[in-house]
Amino acid sequence: MAARAPAGRRGAAGLAAATAALGARGASGPTSTVGTLQLLTVCLLVGALAVTYDLLFGLAGLLSFGHALSFAIGCYLFAIALDRWHLAIGPAALLTLAIGTLAAVLVGAISLRVGGISFAMVTLAFAQAGSLLVYRNFGGYTGGEEGLGVNSARLPGLLVGVVNTKNLYWTALAIAVLVYAAVAWLSRTHAGRMMAAVRENALRVQVFGVRPYVVRLIAFVAAGALATLVGMAYLLAQGGANPQVTTPSFTLSLLVMVVLGGAGARWGALLGGILYTLLDQRLAVLASSSRITALPGVLRVPLSQPLFLLGTLFVLVVLFLPGGLAGAINRQKAVAGGGGTGAGQ
Amino acid sequence: MSTVVLLAVTGLGLGGLYFLVASGLSLIYGLMRVLNFAHGAFLTLGAYVGYEVGTHVGTGSSWPGFALMLVVGTATGAMFAWLTELLLVRRLYEREIEQVLVTVGVGLGAVALVSGAWGADPRPFPAPRWMSRTTALFGAQIPNDRLVCIAVAAAVLCGLLVLLRRTRHGLIIRAGVENRAMVEALGIDVRRSFTTVFVIGGAAAGLGGVLAALFNGSVAPGMGDSLLIFAFIVVVIGGLGSITGSAVAALVVALLQQFTNYYAVSGLGDFMVVLALAVVLLTRPVGLFGRTA
Repeated sequence: MAARAPAGRRGAAGLAAATAALGARGASGPTSTVGTLQLLTVCLLVGALAVTYDLLFGLAGLLSFGHALSFAIGCYLFAIALDRWHLAIGPAALLTLAIGTLAAVLVGAISLRVGGISFAMVTLAFAQAGSLLVYRNFGGYTGGEEGLGVNSARLPGLLVGVVNTKNLYWTALAIAVLVYAAVAWLSRTHAGRMMAAVRENALRVQVFGVRPYVVRLIAFVAAGALATLVGMAYLLAQGGANPQVTTPSFTLSLLVMVVLGGAGARWGALLGGILYTLLDQRLAVLASSSRITALPGVLRVPLSQPLFLLGTLFVLVVLFLPGGLAGAINRQKAVAGGGGTGAGQ
Repeated sequence: MSTVVLLAVTGLGLGGLYFLVASGLSLIYGLMRVLNFAHGAFLTLGAYVGYEVGTHVGTGSSWPGFALMLVVGTATGAMFAWLTELLLVRRLYEREIEQVLVTVGVGLGAVALVSGAWGADPRPFPAPRWMSRTTALFGAQIPNDRLVCIAVAAAVLCGLLVLLRRTRHGLIIRAGVENRAMVEALGIDVRRSFTTVFVIGGAAAGLGGVLAALFNGSVAPGMGDSLLIFAFIVVVIGGLGSITGSAVAALVVALLQQFTNYYAVSGLGDFMVVLALAVVLLTRPVGLFGRTA
């Protein structure tokens, strides 16, 4: 872990600089790059969300299938607070963050009473309940399958409209940096070290007189609160809330991102999130291009499904690339830099 | 009264579907500690290949055609499960998290492939006309397809129990669920049972796919995954590794869902199921029929 940290920091800085540079080009360019900018915004936010999931899964070793719940609270509650309760953007954000954190405390306190696969199942059940709540559209609050649009009159003018896409982009970049820094800071604190220790050997930690339950709860709540924050930014970036983000399969895609990029390496999770979003979007574009539609059915059908290609890629990474992309890059570096600096695998 | 009977029979039919998915999941987890996220995909593939055969051979709406669909669906599920175990899961022996991840990948990919090949929209499912007629039972008009689901699920339950309790294979599987290390110490290769269990689970899921299509009247790419969530809940409530537990929990969950959805608010039944899971896990973490390890 320790040997990997400097490489990680450089990697993350490089990644952030690359997206920022791409974004800056888009921000000053003609309107045709608005689409690119929008895509980068979404990439950064999904990347940040993957980093929060990595805090749970990679650092604390908690396989949660309910992380989408916190993110969805960010999206939906923020929209409801703005539109239905007519709050200004500041109070609405604070209220959403408070409720999102509180929900994480409650769900975490209950589901962490069981461990392993049972924990995964309880979190899945909570997320499924949340998803049902959104899809059934009780009281007309969530808009069911249609999703929920956010009323642009309730937002500051700087965040509305195609002209201001670049402001949304800078917001997303700020959120991504903030989330990344928060998780990096947390993992270096005493609590963060305890999280890694609990992941490796909970019994041993207990012998030291620390309750693993409390350590795990801190990780769960921190990840939940940060995911709620990312969810609010996602609502602004998308101009509305999509019920798709409440489903357990959305959490599964987060798991895919984190494992692709490399679980336990924050910049790997960020890279995984960005790469997954880019691939998902580019592969869909590729699928409708004439190069693919002209192919015979046997080739066209698999190649036209982004999720099929991503699923295959994921299986290959799990089989042949333990530690994901981050693991592979670290191993390369270790080889290049001579045997002395191990990759910490 | 007739409403209660109708709800009960529909609930039993739905419970049968849950059981067909949950029994395989439960055995696979019990023996191998693999939470199989590809199980929904086995079901969906079974349903679609059964549908394809049914429509193409043109006998889908006749009785022999329907029997053929059931056989083809079962075989597809079994085949796909066998390949998944052979090519992917087996390579990751003893690495449980990676095994779960691989099944997640297979599930994602296979469902995407199905929507690529057959389209993302539901398609009407050909069934013999008798299926959409009703039978009078205790004063209620019961759709026949519900009765078929119940009968097939009951037959599978009996078959599984006979296999597990009366055959040598079953003995090894039961012993492996209880204490894998001990069975291996006795010189029996449990890994061979892994393949058996995966194939049986896949077959049950494929069969469940054709029946779910019959129950819903259509095939859709998402059908497996929506059943899978409830099947997970059934497995955990029933106790991981217990077939009887899965059967009882499947009925409890399906009946609870049906009656709450009808008598209280529609949609509340699904919440009740989630709530039941939380209560069971917090009061009895091993599930109703699970053994404390």
